[in-house]
Amino acid sequence: MTATNGDPHGSSYGALTADDVARIRMDFPVLDQLINGKPLVYLDNAATTQKPRPVIDAISNYYLHNNANVHRGVHTLSQRATDDYEVGREAIRRFINAPDSSEIIYVRGTTEGLNLVASSYGRKFFKAGDEVIITGMEHHSNIVPWQILGKEIGIRLRVIPFTDQGELLMDEYESMLNERTRLVSVVHQSNALGTINPVSSIVEMAHARGIPVMIDAAQSIPHMPVDVQAMGADFLTFSGHKMYGPTGIGVLWGRADLLNEMPPYQSGGEMIRSVTYEETIYNVIPHKFEAGTPDIAGAIGLGAAVEYLEAIGMDRIAAYEQALMRYGAERLAEIEGVRLIGTAENRGGVLSFYMESAHAHDIGTILDAEGIAVRTGHHCAQPVMARYEIPATVRASLSFYNTTEEIDALIKGIDRVIEVFG
Amino acid sequence: MASLPDNPDALYGDVIMDHYRSPRHRAPLRSADVEAEEFNPFCGDRATLQLRLGRPRHDAPAIEDVSALAEGCSIIQASASLLADNLHGRTLEQAADLSQLFRDLMQGKPLPPVALSELGDLEALEVVRQYPVRIKCALLPWVALEEGLRRLSRRSPAGG
Repeated sequence: MTATNGDPHGSSYGALTADDVARIRMDFPVLDQLINGKPLVYLDNAATTQKPRPVIDAISNYYLHNNANVHRGVHTLSQRATDDYEVGREAIRRFINAPDSSEIIYVRGTTEGLNLVASSYGRKFFKAGDEVIITGMEHHSNIVPWQILGKEIGIRLRVIPFTDQGELLMDEYESMLNERTRLVSVVHQSNALGTINPVSSIVEMAHARGIPVMIDAAQSIPHMPVDVQAMGADFLTFSGHKMYGPTGIGVLWGRADLLNEMPPYQSGGEMIRSVTYEETIYNVIPHKFEAGTPDIAGAIGLGAAVEYLEAIGMDRIAAYEQALMRYGAERLAEIEGVRLIGTAENRGGVLSFYMESAHAHDIGTILDAEGIAVRTGHHCAQPVMARYEIPATVRASLSFYNTTEEIDALIKGIDRVIEVFG
Repeated sequence: MASLPDNPDALYGDVIMDHYRSPRHRAPLRSADVEAEEFNPFCGDRATLQLRLGRPRHDAPAIEDVSALAEGCSIIQASASLLADNLHGRTLEQAADLSQLFRDLMQGKPLPPVALSELGDLEALEVVRQYPVRIKCALLPWVALEEGLRRLSRRSPAGG
């Protein structure tokens, strides 16, 4: 581990130095390789981040030494596996400053977290004519579950519009809130635009009318301090693999009083207290929502990822990535023919851009030849692309292990695109 | 000479860039006998194909007019344009044969000796094989062709 120890969000430390970053890069074995003969420049962190050695070690240590099912056996291995699994839960509670670890529900990822709330909370508390408010910059995973529910029980989806820069029109939001609104479900940081939405204000305005708020924190939690109590959220969900943990694991946090009122999402083992053919009594939270053998190795790996991030400090990560993003945005703005999509004042390490002369996939292929990994396409946010009337963007998304030299490599790669496509 | 994936100039050769910059046969047909549209939901690419058939000659009508409209990257646009260029005058059976030949080319299968002359300038797309994630871009207009032919044969079981 490279970073300084300290309080969870590292607020007493300045931004990362080049030396810090050089040391951090050594924790990520995958970064040290050539792609098509060039050093790998990994700028697809919003899709998934690379994994540091402590995370890889935690997973392999579990399989090498402690593999057993959790919450079942009295034998030593089962006890060890259960302890590590629950230590991970407590680490996550601390990381997001949740009041109680029983509110941390392991899910497969953000998509499942959103589906769980739509399916369980929505089916229990929504009725025909009710409204759910989302933003115009949601990932498909915060659109489709509500549409499906809408068809089933007749709820209406309201969408907060945003400016050309990518900032929500808060007046429009306020005017949408009414006595039919049952839930506000909004993305914290847009995956396609990088916009960091004013979630505290969004929560405040909803709570003033007694409406709960769900936050999709998939893109924010890897890059900035997230405190569910300071934010005032009622539900918050995120994915492990975007925050340096493994794939297949994520978290839904919810207020205990809400979770206790909600019916199970899936059923089977683990989620029950007693079963007869006449009646089943459900287990308490979080187990009520964790049917079946969970992703034990994933949870242990995610716990290790959280500890890794805490050791560096989320404030330092945010400050460093902000500076890197501003540098990248400035360099991109210098290139004629490149249009940055998403220029909100408050935004994270996302550089999404469009070129009239070359389609995003052609740009992606040319950058790949230079060893540069970016995402090209609609980023599972087709309504956002439609808003800007473009088919696709190229998205370079940053991590604290990226450097200004890598931004320079990206700029050089775009020069190559211009050589080929004009 | 096989080109290396680290040289993108190989992918963006003269024929592909020419058909990308000035795609042929994009104007929609007012009436069409064969029509199909295909999507790639992962990248948003779209290919629309229309064919109009002439009067039957020896019981097999030939393709008289083609419209191939592609939205997306240079590869799908070049592929659609080259496809349209190469369908003129073919019977539906010949069009299906050409499609199979093109698929085999993209999938690296051994080709019969007549293949090269049959494929003509479509061979310029062979380079796409070295960029496996882009093969689906080259194939999409052909998927639309195959779907259009299937629909037509369902409508008139005797034909095709």
